[in-house]
Amino acid sequence: MSRLEKLSRREFLQKTGVASGGLVFAMTLGTPRGALGADAGSVAPNVYVNVRDDDVVEIYCHRSEMGQGIRTSLLQVIADELEADWDRVELLQALGDPKYGDQNTDGSTSIRKQFDVLRTAGASAREMLIAAAAMEWGVPASELVARNHAVHHEASGRSAAYGDLVASAAELEVPEEVTFKDPADYRYIGKSMDLIDGFEMTTGTAMYGTDTVLPGMLYASIERCPVFGGTAKSVDDAKALKVQGVKQVVRMPEVTSPPAYNPLGGVAVLASNSWSAEQGRKALEIEWDTGLNAEYDSESYRKQLVETSHKDGKTALNRGDVNAAFEKASRVVEADYYAPHLAHAPMEPPAAAANMHEDGSVEIWAATQDPQSVQGTVANLLGIDKSQVKVNVTLLGGAFGRKSKADFSAEAAWLAKQTGKPVKVSWSREDDIRHSYYHSVSAQYLKGALDDEGNAIAWLHRTVFPPIGSTFSAEATGPDSGELGLGMVDNPFAIPNMRLESGDAKAHVRIGWLRSVCNIYHAFAICSFADELAHEAGADPRDYLLRLAGPSREVDPADDGAKYPNYGQSLDVHPIDTGRFKAVVEKVSAMAGWGRDLPKGHGLGIAVHRSFLSTVGTVAEVRVDDKGKLHVEELWLVIDAGLVVNPDRVIAQMEGAGIFGMSLALHGEITAKDGMIEQGNYDSYPVIRMGETPKAINVHIMEVDAPPGGVGEPGVPPVAPAIVNAYFAATGKRVRELPLKKAGVV
Amino acid sequence: MAIEFTLNGKAQSLDVDPDMPLLWAIRDIAGLTGTKYGCGKALCGSCTVHVDGNPMRSCSVSVSAAAGKSVTTIEGLSPDGNHPVQKAWRELNVPQCGYCQSGQIMSAVALLERNPKPSDQEIADAMSGNICRCGTYTRIRKAIHRAAGGES
Repeated sequence: MSRLEKLSRREFLQKTGVASGGLVFAMTLGTPRGALGADAGSVAPNVYVNVRDDDVVEIYCHRSEMGQGIRTSLLQVIADELEADWDRVELLQALGDPKYGDQNTDGSTSIRKQFDVLRTAGASAREMLIAAAAMEWGVPASELVARNHAVHHEASGRSAAYGDLVASAAELEVPEEVTFKDPADYRYIGKSMDLIDGFEMTTGTAMYGTDTVLPGMLYASIERCPVFGGTAKSVDDAKALKVQGVKQVVRMPEVTSPPAYNPLGGVAVLASNSWSAEQGRKALEIEWDTGLNAEYDSESYRKQLVETSHKDGKTALNRGDVNAAFEKASRVVEADYYAPHLAHAPMEPPAAAANMHEDGSVEIWAATQDPQSVQGTVANLLGIDKSQVKVNVTLLGGAFGRKSKADFSAEAAWLAKQTGKPVKVSWSREDDIRHSYYHSVSAQYLKGALDDEGNAIAWLHRTVFPPIGSTFSAEATGPDSGELGLGMVDNPFAIPNMRLESGDAKAHVRIGWLRSVCNIYHAFAICSFADELAHEAGADPRDYLLRLAGPSREVDPADDGAKYPNYGQSLDVHPIDTGRFKAVVEKVSAMAGWGRDLPKGHGLGIAVHRSFLSTVGTVAEVRVDDKGKLHVEELWLVIDAGLVVNPDRVIAQMEGAGIFGMSLALHGEITAKDGMIEQGNYDSYPVIRMGETPKAINVHIMEVDAPPGGVGEPGVPPVAPAIVNAYFAATGKRVRELPLKKAGVV
Repeated sequence: MAIEFTLNGKAQSLDVDPDMPLLWAIRDIAGLTGTKYGCGKALCGSCTVHVDGNPMRSCSVSVSAAAGKSVTTIEGLSPDGNHPVQKAWRELNVPQCGYCQSGQIMSAVALLERNPKPSDQEIADAMSGNICRCGTYTRIRKAIHRAAGGES
């Protein structure tokens, strides 16, 4: 029996070689016996499937839907192996519960890590229903086939609908081994099924975290210290309590060190509606002790990061001797790249509701990526057991990593306990932008050497950023191997001398994951520098990328002394395959018409990057107008994600990644002054709108016979460097800092 | 004093602070949660509703300004959810997270009512007040063309 994986993101990033293949035929999913249906008249072979005797199959989605389409894709996989009829399946959102295994919906893991789990869930139900028919009819199971929601006996022509087999199936043991369908027989996997939530999402009936309404519920708005880590010295709530509709003012628990997922302190105003809560909050008079981070200043911090990146760092990977190569090189190139903090800014700011029950348990409704983390965080905060924390997962109005943190659910739970009433906490946009778990600011130093023929013979890369670990440990001051494995030590280039180093930086805000994480700045630096070397070598950037990738082979960073987690999966199953890398280079450049004549002021740029076990290549065509302003005219994205479950959702993720990548390339920047975040809303933290959208975002999915890679994140990293490289092609000017608006070209 | 207006064809009488933004009156008082908060400052368009047929950012219009007027939200756009714009949205599987789509659809409907065959540029002009952080813009553009009866 293989237990389902239940690892936090930190754990999985630290773990290596968690095999996903080969075990599935002996995988038991939760419930050991078949008879335990959700109610009488049903049979539940495992925690994900419940077959009802009215012929409806209930399927539980234990992953969070935040726009990646997992509710549709998960249903496709289970229903396909189950041979269920699409019109007779009902999708239910699972509660947070360890029985489902890993529910933490981040790291682009739902399909790449759980494809076999989901297939097993469907297959075990199918085989039980076949066994039930075999028992009823007295024929060997081997003579039976399951097809389209029924079991058929070809020899006798008998068939039985799944619902009619429930009673017999309930008498049977769940099979310990299952056989998967032949992929040639897939009816849903690999098909672009329509969105399961499409009707609700277009009629205003889809329910998100902020849409929860409970009887007698109070609406909470929380004023938090403008500097991370600060505390309220004094609070005068007299005026707030006089605001019409305000019921109560509650001090939040003080921020902890490290902050983890605990509430961030501050003062909550609770009212009968959102508006009253907001007005009451404005009437609070609070004197803050701004604490240890009041000096945080992005300009001076930047100098520190860049200085650190110019000094020897901790070695993450070493191949050959870069210093010797630099000495004998015919040309040496150096470059500093810089990328700022980012905020996720999902359209739905963080929101959760909570209600305490009389038995001391608490029920939560949250737009959360990680309901089990909510259970743990709330249990700790309230001093109760995790099993007493019931977490209902709503739809997420965007997340991008922000909602993998349980802090806002913990706030709601805390307030429900303090007030004895149901409470909904909804963050304002300003709360969201000013108190995020920010994507890390980063300095990258690159030094490369070319020989007489323009071949790259040495590559030195130093990465410096405050680590995510600082959110969970006060001692964490430098990148860990998990973060360095996000697009740095997995460098695929065939350069004989390579040295990769990291430098420390202390965090002054909460640092967290943002869609594709460290891959953003690593890809920005690496793909930009590859373009710079091409220019230095007098070569075409696309051709030079193929030269850098070198012969087709599988790269193992451990060969050069690196710790490389490979996103928690085996390198044997998910190799760093330079042949596949080059195929993406060739495909995306061909699609974009690389080398064609371009109108005046236009340029094409290319960037290819592997992350989350998938490789994405991007070509950007930019136009630079006579005022020197850049416009992204068109994007091409090619993804090699191995097997894909729903091609249309993969295309949608690439389209979205193109826009998300453009937002961070052109506009995205969070800065601090006097410890306070300077941005607050979409005016000061702009994102791409329709007016800046390219005329087309063209997507191609490589057909590769390989296990599934990630999809939600890998599209983002190559977008910014492709745009920067295109800008260079159009103008001859190199921009080494994001966002591009800093250079005045947007 | 109660504020009276028509909401999705039905008379409403809400006894609320007249300064309360229409958004919160619709969501918290009238109980229709299809209209979304995104920014509170008319920057993102998630809260777009029609007031006497005109698209308005309900986060930045007081409920008293709607007195005597007819307000339509996403829930009132069509009786069965099959407005041509809603259908086009589904045919092209536009939504990702879906949160902004109420506002996107309300803005698109308003655009098509005054300009039945908008060009890409006219779509960009009309829709740039609506942010989609998931980045569904290219599909929104196609869906508007499709709802307008054009090919997409």
